[in-house]
Formats: sequence, structure tokens, C-alpha cells
Amino acid sequence: MKYIKFITIGFLFGIIMYKSQAASWYRIHEMFRFESFHMYGIIGSALTLGIILVQIIKRTKMKTIYGEPISFTPKAKSITRYLLGGTIFGLGWALTGACPGPMYVLLGTGEWSILIVLISAVIGTFIYGYFRAKLPH
Amino acid sequence: MIDLIQQPWPWYVAGPLLTLIMFSLLIAGKNFGMSSNLRTMCSISGGGKFSDFFRFNWKEQTWNLMVVLGAIIGGFFAANFLSATDSVDISEQTKAALTSAQFENPGAAYLPAKLYGLEALTSVKGILLLIIGGLLIGFGSRYAGGCTSGHAISGLSNLQIPSLIAVIGFFIGGLIMTHLLFPILF
Repeated sequence: MKYIKFITIGFLFGIIMYKSQAASWYRIHEMFRFESFHMYGIIGSALTLGIILVQIIKRTKMKTIYGEPISFTPKAKSITRYLLGGTIFGLGWALTGACPGPMYVLLGTGEWSILIVLISAVIGTFIYGYFRAKLPH
Repeated sequence: MIDLIQQPWPWYVAGPLLTLIMFSLLIAGKNFGMSSNLRTMCSISGGGKFSDFFRFNWKEQTWNLMVVLGAIIGGFFAANFLSATDSVDISEQTKAALTSAQFENPGAAYLPAKLYGLEALTSVKGILLLIIGGLLIGFGSRYAGGCTSGHAISGLSNLQIPSLIAVIGFFIGGLIMTHLLFPILF
């Protein structure tokens, strides 16, 4: 039962991704061609409200539903891994038009070919883990 | 109301709702980030035998797998019960560019048949592109420590410089693919 809330959050996330067409290859392609405001509007408004929200949480010392303080883990400082990893991710994102959230949404809509992308993404993560020590971070 | 829901949702509805998703996870004591699930799946499939990176208690990540399960159901529900059409109303310029790249009826369906349809699945090139795309996503997101949700939404909301660098990377890669490689591939 404790997982019901996470299934519900995922359910809403799936609906939002599908209905806003952020899960469509076409919208991603259009975004990288700078031919529509749509995706920039989604990310920009989510982010603007997100920044305000995080500030409110920090200043009011808001608690989780379990009464614990909401904590934010700062990301480790580096440039190489974020720039290199980010660029590699961007290549795949623009090619498949799917990032790690929308993949599952598309699977739910019955787009079975996305399974090839999903399984390859798991393997890609495995390859990263395997060579992790040898990569510049 | 039902009519309105059945239409594609505008950005000013979707964006704030995404912030709400992030907020819901924060007050549940979790962080919004979808690509971590790929690592969890590696761990479940026995990846720990090959790398320390996959040797962790994946059961603590079950909550995120439940988000995944919800997203699958949400996609099914939205496509079957909340949508009058699955066409994507992209801009005329994008349509024209895709038409000249031999994409038939761009935007007529949710995904292009040239990449995801029978046409792609019955050609070596089509399958290879999906595999390579997936490998890049999985490798890149973990190398960068997050994807669109973890960096572009969660990280940037918390004004993290690493997330800004990662998002700049997402765009460098995305622009190289769309403007330099895509015209060669299609």
C-alpha cells in the first residue's frame, strides 16, 4: 500500500508527458530545430516554478509527510562528466526523441519498438558502470 | 471540460503540472529522477557481478520503479481514454523539413513510422538506430549523473551548476544530432 502514492505520481507523470506530447519524437525534433516554443515553454515554466518552490521549501523549512526535513543533495562538482555525459545523452535523446521518463510512457501506449531503445538504454547504463573507473569524471 | 482534456495540453498546463510532480516526490522524501531506474534494472539483472556500481540495495529504489509502473499505466490511459487523436501538431517548418527528409505525413501519428514503425523494424539501419540511440541515452545519462528530469528540472530548480553544465551538454549533443548527423542519416 505504501507504494500506491508513487504509482499515482507516475500515473500523473505519464498522462502529462503523453498529453503535452513531450513524449513524442516530433516535439523533440522540433525543439532542437528551434521551430516551436512548446517544449521550451514546458521546461521553462516547470523550472521557473521549481526554482520558486525550492526556495519556499528551504525558507519555510518544509517537512516531508513523515515529518522529516526535505533535503537536497548537492551534485558533485565537476565539468568533464556533466559536459561529456550530457553531450552523449543529448545525441541519443535527439535521435530517439525519448528520454528515460517518456520511454515508459510510450511503452504503455503500445509503441512496442520503444522496448529496443529501453533495453539498449539499460545496456548503455551497464557499459557505463563497467568502464566507470576508466572514464574521466 | 472533457473536450478540453482530450485535446493536446498546452505548455502552460504541462509545465506547472511537472513542478507538481517534483513537489509530490519531495514531500514524499524522494527526488525526481527517471534515469536512476536504468541503474536499478542493471542491479536487479545481476550487474553487481561485474561492477561495484551495481552493488547496492536496489530494494530501496522500489519506489522509483513504482513511478515507472505508474508512468506505463498513465501512458496507456492517456492514449486510450484521454485523447481524441494521436497526431502531433508540429510547426509547418518542421513538417516541411521532415517531408524533404522522406518522412511521410510528419505529425500524423504520435511517433514517426520511419523510426518506430514496421519500416524501421524490418531494416538493419532502423534497428541499429534504435539500439545506438538507447545505448547513448543509458550511457550518457548515468555518466552525466541524471537526465532531463534529474538535471533540467530537479537540479536546475535547486540552482545546481553541475546540472546547468549537463543541460548545456544535452543541447550540444541534441543540436549535433539534429543538424549535423540527422541530415546524413536521412
